[in-house]
Amino acid sequence: MSALELRSLRKVFERGTPNAKTALDSFSLSVADGEFITLLGSNGAGKSTLFNAILGKFRLDSGQVILDGEDITHWKDYARALHIGCLYQDPMRGTAPNMTIEENLALAYTRKAHRSFFAVNRRDSAYFRELLSRLHLGLEDRMKTKMGLLSGGQRQAASLLMATIAEPKLLLLDEHTAALDPGTAEKVLELTRQVVAERKLTCMMITHNMRSALELGSRTILMDSGRLVLDVSGGERARMTVEDLLKRFSENAGRQLDSDRILLSGAKGQ
Amino acid sequence: MTILTLLLSALSQGMIYAPMALGVFIAFRVLNTPDLTIDGSFVAGMCTCAVVNIAGYPVLALLCGALAGALAGLVTGLLQTRLRINAILSGILTMTGLYTINFITLGGQSNLYLQRTELNSVGVETKVSTDTIYKSFRSWLIALTGDKGLDTNLSALIVTSLIVLLVAAALCVFFRTRAGIAIRATGDNEEMVRSSSINADRSRVVGIMLSNAMVALSGALLCEQQRYADLNFGSGMLVVGLASVIIGQVFFGKRGVTAGLISAVAGSLVYRVILQVAYRVDMPSYAVKLLSAVIVVLALTLPLVKRLISERRAEREGAVQ
Repeated sequence: MSALELRSLRKVFERGTPNAKTALDSFSLSVADGEFITLLGSNGAGKSTLFNAILGKFRLDSGQVILDGEDITHWKDYARALHIGCLYQDPMRGTAPNMTIEENLALAYTRKAHRSFFAVNRRDSAYFRELLSRLHLGLEDRMKTKMGLLSGGQRQAASLLMATIAEPKLLLLDEHTAALDPGTAEKVLELTRQVVAERKLTCMMITHNMRSALELGSRTILMDSGRLVLDVSGGERARMTVEDLLKRFSENAGRQLDSDRILLSGAKGQ
Repeated sequence: MTILTLLLSALSQGMIYAPMALGVFIAFRVLNTPDLTIDGSFVAGMCTCAVVNIAGYPVLALLCGALAGALAGLVTGLLQTRLRINAILSGILTMTGLYTINFITLGGQSNLYLQRTELNSVGVETKVSTDTIYKSFRSWLIALTGDKGLDTNLSALIVTSLIVLLVAAALCVFFRTRAGIAIRATGDNEEMVRSSSINADRSRVVGIMLSNAMVALSGALLCEQQRYADLNFGSGMLVVGLASVIIGQVFFGKRGVTAGLISAVAGSLVYRVILQVAYRVDMPSYAVKLLSAVIVVLALTLPLVKRLISERRAEREGAVQ
């Protein structure tokens, strides 16, 4: 059984106005259990809209979202969050700045924690300490520190922990390293790889870096104008170069990939 | 009047208004949302308390008063979350609507004294003042100490302090429970709460209800202490509460939620002492509201002034080098 099944998702924003924009156009995708998909596409291709559709941030015009065999199309966003973890580009989005690291983790863990009167308790704290120590950022000794005092990279690492602490069925990463400096980005990416492998998570990652899109994970898909234009995995993907990817894109989408950001990061292979 | 009596009177007033400062703290600092329901829920607490008190239940009256505030908060909360009405407007709408509700509660009049009509021994109708927690506690204390001249403010201060202590301790504990940190996180980063699979709308509504219940409790306490309820007593209450919270912050700084709750109570006490001093130097009582507004404005501009000063200094030092 597939972990996630998207059946002809369709979403038009500002329908009926001159600004109407088809963000998702009969988008279908089946994600196998434990698969790690990297998702590419130019700006406005509908990548984030796709994530928001999976997260339930808006109502679809038509289509179904099926998570682990269950139709969640009409679930509220917070109900879906029980099974879906998400990380965004902005490290500030995933954490509460005026609460301590410990309280942040406790809140994220509420989904799966044993019943307890106090949110922060000894048993959970020991678990959090252990999780934090695996990040090798020294955060395990700063559990009483306010989240807002951490650097962007540290906050993003903590967010990663919070998004995966409840062992979600699906992890969505929306360019979660794009706002970090190259060194930190590399480190957070490595942590991501580690956590995903350890917990055998099914994962989808939006990236603008074509090289890491082909290197990371087990399958790469490309979106354009709300449609799926390329889907490669296995041996074909292993042999694929960035140049091949660009060529295949223009064949399938009928035009060149137009994002400068993509071309640069792909060609220079940052 | 000696300084001690003045101080006692100020502190006893400060304690009565302390739950309101707690409520304002929850709305403005914990939930990070301006809530203008407060002016209305204070009066709602007062009016409900008066009616239940006259029916003969002085303790239940306080609880009902707080409950009335919670209901007002529920309305504001639903306006904000379900109907997505702007927070400030939601509060104003509830506050405006509450005026009518409070008027009806008081039986179609603008004020109500805590008294009952009874037939006296010769069969003539007379007004008898009802029991309040303050009256009962004072007579209990007099019976205990045998001191007939016991200062009314002292006994009031004691009983209000006990209630405030209980309420504040309960709040401190509550904000450490799972529901409590969810409310705090909702004020800090609502999206993160939703991503943690917690219904942030519900947390917000509960928080607003809690805040207004506190405010209404103040109204109820004041009603029993001054022995009447008045429809127009609530105007400007929000500013008084904010002034207390801000004064508390001056002393305790912006720290965790427990320190914040304690500092709100302390702020309320200090605020009343400041008022008492102002009265002593012949400030007319109608100037209270203006003074409160000025205190809040001064406190809010303090960070800006500090920054300007430090920028000036940096400029001057830069020019020297």
